Formats: sequence, C-alpha cells, structure tokens
Amino acid sequence: MSKYGLLIDYEYCSGCHSCEVACRHAKGLSLGEWGIKLAKVGPWQQQDGSWEWNHIPVPTKLCDLCADRVAEGKKPACVHHCLAFCMEYGPVEELSKKMAEKGSKVCMFVP
Amino acid sequence: MSWKIGTENDFIARTHAWSAPGCHPVGCGIKLHVKDGKVVGVEGDEENPITQGRLCVRCLSLTEYLYHPDRILYPMKRDKADRGKDKFVRITWDEAYDIIEKKVHEIREKYGYTGIGVLGGTGREATLFYPVLAYAVFQTPNCGTPLSGQSCYGPRCTITNYLMGAGYPEIDHAQYFPDRYDNPQFELPEYVIVWGKTPLESNPDGFFGHALVDMMKRGTKIITVDPRVTWLGSRAEYNLQLRPGTDAALGLGMINIIISEGLYDKEFVENWCYGFEELKERAAEYPVEKVSEITWIPKETILAATRAFAKAKNASIQWGVAIDQQSNGLQAGQTILALCALTGNIDNPGGLTLAPKASLTGRWRYETIKYVDPELVNNRLGNDIYPASRSALTNLLADCYLETLETDEPYPIRMMWIHSCNPYACPAAVPERWHDALQRMDFVVCQEAFMTPAAMGLADIILPVSTFPERDGICLPHFGRNTPLVGAINKVVQIGEAKSDFEICLELGKRLNPEAWPWNSVEEFLDFQLVPNAGFSFAELREKIFYQPPYEYYKYKKGLCRSDGEPGFETVTGLFELKSLQYEAWGDDPLPYFMEPQYSPVSTPELYKEYPLVLTTGGRKITSFHSEHRQIPSLREIDPWPIVQIHPDDAKKYGIEDGDWVCIENQFGKCRQKAEVTPTILKGVVHAQHAWWYPEEDQTEPNQGGYKKSNINMLVPHKHIGKLAMGAPYKCLLCKIYKVKGLDED
Repeated sequence: MSKYGLLIDYEYCSGCHSCEVACRHAKGLSLGEWGIKLAKVGPWQQQDGSWEWNHIPVPTKLCDLCADRVAEGKKPACVHHCLAFCMEYGPVEELSKKMAEKGSKVCMFVP
Repeated sequence: MSWKIGTENDFIARTHAWSAPGCHPVGCGIKLHVKDGKVVGVEGDEENPITQGRLCVRCLSLTEYLYHPDRILYPMKRDKADRGKDKFVRITWDEAYDIIEKKVHEIREKYGYTGIGVLGGTGREATLFYPVLAYAVFQTPNCGTPLSGQSCYGPRCTITNYLMGAGYPEIDHAQYFPDRYDNPQFELPEYVIVWGKTPLESNPDGFFGHALVDMMKRGTKIITVDPRVTWLGSRAEYNLQLRPGTDAALGLGMINIIISEGLYDKEFVENWCYGFEELKERAAEYPVEKVSEITWIPKETILAATRAFAKAKNASIQWGVAIDQQSNGLQAGQTILALCALTGNIDNPGGLTLAPKASLTGRWRYETIKYVDPELVNNRLGNDIYPASRSALTNLLADCYLETLETDEPYPIRMMWIHSCNPYACPAAVPERWHDALQRMDFVVCQEAFMTPAAMGLADIILPVSTFPERDGICLPHFGRNTPLVGAINKVVQIGEAKSDFEICLELGKRLNPEAWPWNSVEEFLDFQLVPNAGFSFAELREKIFYQPPYEYYKYKKGLCRSDGEPGFETVTGLFELKSLQYEAWGDDPLPYFMEPQYSPVSTPELYKEYPLVLTTGGRKITSFHSEHRQIPSLREIDPWPIVQIHPDDAKKYGIEDGDWVCIENQFGKCRQKAEVTPTILKGVVHAQHAWWYPEEDQTEPNQGGYKKSNINMLVPHKHIGKLAMGAPYKCLLCKIYKVKGLDED
C-alpha cells in the first residue's frame, strides 16, 4: 500500500495561514490546536543581497491527510484552500517525481 | 452546476463572499454547507475562474464571525441620556423605523435637509449603499467618510479618469477570461511593478492578490516599490526601498531614464499621447542622481529596474493606497500611469486593463444624487475651497465635514447615520476631535455587526447588519469600475433579525422618499440593475452562479472607449494625457512634480531632530479588514497585537528589542504598539499598523474600547491635504520611538 504525503513548494508559500484555519475548521479543532502549522525561516539578507525568507507549513500529529474528504474524492482542506496553490496531495512516489522535476525549494511531508 | 444542491434542511449553496464580514469585493467563490438553518461548513468554490477554490482566513473562519456571541442581531435603542453606557434595549424593526422616521422629520423641520449626515465605511456592500442612503433616502448632500483627504481609492480613480477617461486600471491577469492564463489572447506580463501595495494581504478592491503568485509561477518577474522588503519583495528582481512620500520623485526619475534612453514606445506616444514634449522637459529636472538622493534608493537599482520594466515586451504597474495617502499623491499616480503609457502598456495583453468608469450599482449609487436639491449639492461642504471635489468626488471632504460638525458652519448637522463605519477607531485623523464632534449629534444611528467604540459611544439606535450568507445581492469587483466577474450572493440563512444594507435602504426609503424606491423586494431591485445592463435577471445570475463579461484589448484603437465611438480615450484631448488639462482646470500643475511631505527630514529638518524617524502606516494584514475581525478567535490568535516594524540598527539605538511594547510619538499625538525588529524595513523608517482597538476591553465611556491606545492615527494631523483636496499624509510623517513597559503600564 502506498504512503501518501503533502508536497509543499515553499518557493511560493506566502505564509497566508489559510492551511492552518482551513484545517482547524475541517477537523473541528480548538484555539491552540493545529493540524498543520506554519514555520518560518528568515527574513534575513544574504551576502549577495538576496533574501532568505521561507514559510513552510508543517503537518502535526493531528493530521490524518483529511481521510474523510479524500474518501469523498476531495483534496485535503489545506491543499484545496492554499492561496498560492503550493500544496499537493498524493502517493509519495508521485510526489517525489514532482520534487525532482521542480528541482529546488520543495519538500514533502508524510505526517 | 446548480447553485443549491441537497434537501431543504441539508444543502450546499454556491455564493460569493462580500460583506459583512468586511472585505473588498474580489468575487471569491464560496460554498456554504447549511444544515437545519445553520452554516456548518465553508469551502472554496473550485469552479470560480479567479479563486478556483481558494479562500483566505477571513472566509475560512466565517462561522466564528456568523455565530460570535458578541454579534449584534436585533435592533436596539438607548436613551440619549445614557449615551456611552451599556444600556441598550432590544426593539422591533418597526419601532426602530418609527423612531428614525419621527426624528428625521423633527430634525428636518428644525435644521433643514442638511441637518442630517451619513458617515460610511469601506469595503462592505455599505460602500455602494451609504451614498444611496444619504441621497435617495434622506435627500441630504452630507455624505462622506471620515478619512482625511479622501485618501483611499478615490484619488487613483480620479487620476485614471482625468488621464485616460477610464475606470480603475487593474493589471491584466486574464481576469476576464474563463480559461484565464490559457486564453490565447492573454500574454503574461514580463514584469509587474507592485508600487505602494501589498496585494497578497490586502486583495484590494477587486484583485485576488495571489494572482501575482499564479503569474510568478508562469514566469512574471516582480519589482516592488516599498520602504519594506515584503515576502513578495524577497522573490522580486528589484526592491526599490524608497523613503515614504517620495514616489513622485521616483516616478519622474524613471520617466526621465525611459525618455532619455529612448526606451519608450514611439508608436503609442506619437499616436495616442498628449503632452510628451512637456513631460520630457519636466522629467529632465529629475536626473537619477537627484532622485536617488531624494528617495534613498541606490542609483544603480533605479536604473536597472527602470530599464528592465521599459525593455520588457509587456509589463504593468499595480498601485496601492500609498499613492492616495500622501499630499503629492495625485502627482505620484500621474507618473505611474505615464510610465505605463510611455511603454505602451495600456489595454495590451499583460498591461493595464481599460474599463468604463462606472457600471451597475457602482454607477447607480452616484446617480441617486438627483434626489437632493441641486442648490444643496452645489453648496456641498468644501466645494468653495476645493472646486475639484465638485466633479471628482461624490463624497464630502472629510476634513470639511469635521469642521462643520465642530462649528455648525455653514450649517448645523444634528443627526448622523454611521453606516458600517468605525470613525475614530479606524479611518479618521485626529480621532479625538471626531469623537468629540460626533457627541454633538442629537440623534445617532449605527448600522453594524459588532459593538464598536462608535456604536457604544454614540448610538441612540443600533441596526443589525447581515452577513453575506444572510442576504441576496451581487458581488461587484472594483465596485463596477472594472468588473471581470459579477457574482450572485445568495441568502441561505437568517441569523437573529439582521438585515442587509440594501434592505434597510429600501424599507426606510419607502417611508421617507417613496418616489425613489419603487421596488418591492431585493430581487426586484437586482433585476432593475442587471436586466438592462447585463441582459439577465438575478434569478438567471443565480443559476449561472457568476457572469464574466467579454473583454477586448486595444479598445482605444477600435473606438470602444469614447462615447462618440471615435478611436482614442474619453478625455478632453481624446488622447492619453501625459499633460493633464483637468489638473490644470482645477488649479494644479498639469505636469507631475515632486513635493516633499509636510513633515520630513528635508522639509522640516528641525522637527526631524526631535522626531528622527520617518513614520509610515497602514500596511495590511490578511487576518483583518481594517478595524474588523479583532474579536474573531482564530484571526486574533494569528495576529494578537498591533505591530510596529523597526530596523535593527534603529532598534539598537533606542534600546528596543523584538517584542517590546513601545510608544510611537510625534507632535500630534502618540500610541503604543509592539516592536518587530526586522532588517526588511528601510533604516530610518518605521511602519505602524492601523485600525487597532480592543473589542475585549470596556467599550463604554471613557475607555471606548481603548481606541486611543494603539491607534496610529493619533499621530496624523487634520486637513494636511493636497491642492485638489485629495491625499493626507497617513503614509509619510515623522515620529520618535521609545520603550514602555506594556500597553497600559509605563
């Protein structure tokens, strides 16, 4: 049986928090509970003048990849609502092919 | 794809998100799951061509708003003697209307039609209907917002109107095409300059911010003009980090580079522009060395960014409220549109889109001024001092409005309708003066969803405004000024006895001015708007879900812009006016010029010694629309406190660490916010958030929700406005910063 995961293209994650709030409401979580939470690296300026600044949503223990939604043929709530369309759900083999294709600033989580 | 699927008690409805909760009408497609009369779930509508299933946190937390325990759900009254105290009593709508009707006649008899005023908020559907309330219901000319210098959207629309006779010039992001970026006519912009704007957070007026990200993924490059490097800026090719308020200098410098290096579109300039030679001469006064000195942007960056923009096959500029919120804004905006015209990026694929000035309800709301005595309209507050406002703006000048409220000159206003507006907690400069002036009203009605300082401080009657799941309507991006999608808003629940802005206008209108209100239902009115203008009824729109009008590029070549059907623009000259005859007619320079902000390191060097930081304010965040959403748990959890951003070198100088509470102070006032020490802001500049008040605090007098504590507008002066009455310096003042123990402790 294939494992499923979340592919995050963090070149484009703008840190909008939609994944956090979509997840909380989809799973009926309370304040202080998250099924996915944004982590941040930066901002700081590199020697060459470019900026290091990445938001990366990290699924938590509470994430079950929206099994109920997926059973209905839908995408996980975070993936569906992501404003930057930078999240994908699928079997890890497929996602890792996409990671290689994209080539940079991309990660995959198996929660 | 029917709009409603399921049973009577358990269904999913497709609708569009537009207010309340407050937001600009972007046209976000949303599916509401309704069970037993309650909204139990929210999901983005993937069939929407623009949002494609995406939703921001304000829609995702919708049920926290709809069913918030503090939401106002019933009409209430309060004795005037108890003003400022929490002594409201629930009443029926009929009783509320009876009281209002009686008061209106009393005030009219004593003070005339001008005895009544309306103060409107923004973003919500109220934006369309507060003018209608003033003109078609109360027949008063006193209609406006408390925002000094009308410093929002209006100035940019005025500039666009004067220079090219069109509606709002939104950037082309294939918004009009069902197949969007895949449409064969569309071409991706090579560059987009995002100037004084943070669209990913603000999604202003009709633009889905993350369309920029969509285009970046497909190859569009970004240039930002902003004293801060935003997240978008971290992915940009160039960041022009300018000293706030120097935009016109930058624009003129860029024009000078483009003209002197021959990088302009000769065909467009020769055939479609007026005033090129004069603009060239003016721009020559702004060589890049001088511009670099004024703006604090390195010369090489200005040169590189300008050349990249001008050499691109197509490019566009997206301008933000920073252009409105400075007294040199009309000139700054003039340079921005000129940059697009000089490079031929007007109504081309990937450039700026051209649309009619107003349409649908967006046009109708201003036409209702016909119900006001023409003599009263002619003598509107401020018309004598600022003649441009007579034609340019349909609202009163906020600064003149305040003076009249304080002095009763030229006439007393004694009744105020505060319509989805939080005046002294949000837009008003000199907030305490507005608070005190409004206390002079004999009778105040507030139309609101939550208790605000104004509602608690002033209202004799509160009317509960409904949210978008509770009302029928149409979602109109850019308020009809460039509308790529008209979305049906469908009522699916009733919560308490809340009514929509339009319903209130209709019901009150039938009582006070029936001639102007022939419709007997919301749907009848919507049909009146839609059928003659769009060719279908509201019921038909509902079944369609949304409607995208067709779009044609290069309309100015085809005679599709001018009312006489000739090629060209709907301007005095028929051309794109690089030299503006309208500016000249109203008493301003027809060509752009740079003018220092009233208080700046250059214009007031002595003051700068005492207040050694440039203060800019009001950058948006996704977790709130202006002063709304502070009480929504998931949103307040993300952004719990007001933030002022300061550069590490400046922070060190003033002994401030990240997370410290600080006081921001200038010669006009002070307030407290939490410091975020960040290298992303230009050294020497601080950025403070706006519209902070505390719903969890006591709203009664004297605390009034702590509206003075963190309100950056305490530092903004009264009536410091541009020559044509537009543009107050919300974005460019001076200040000092020092550490304090906490929000309330010293």
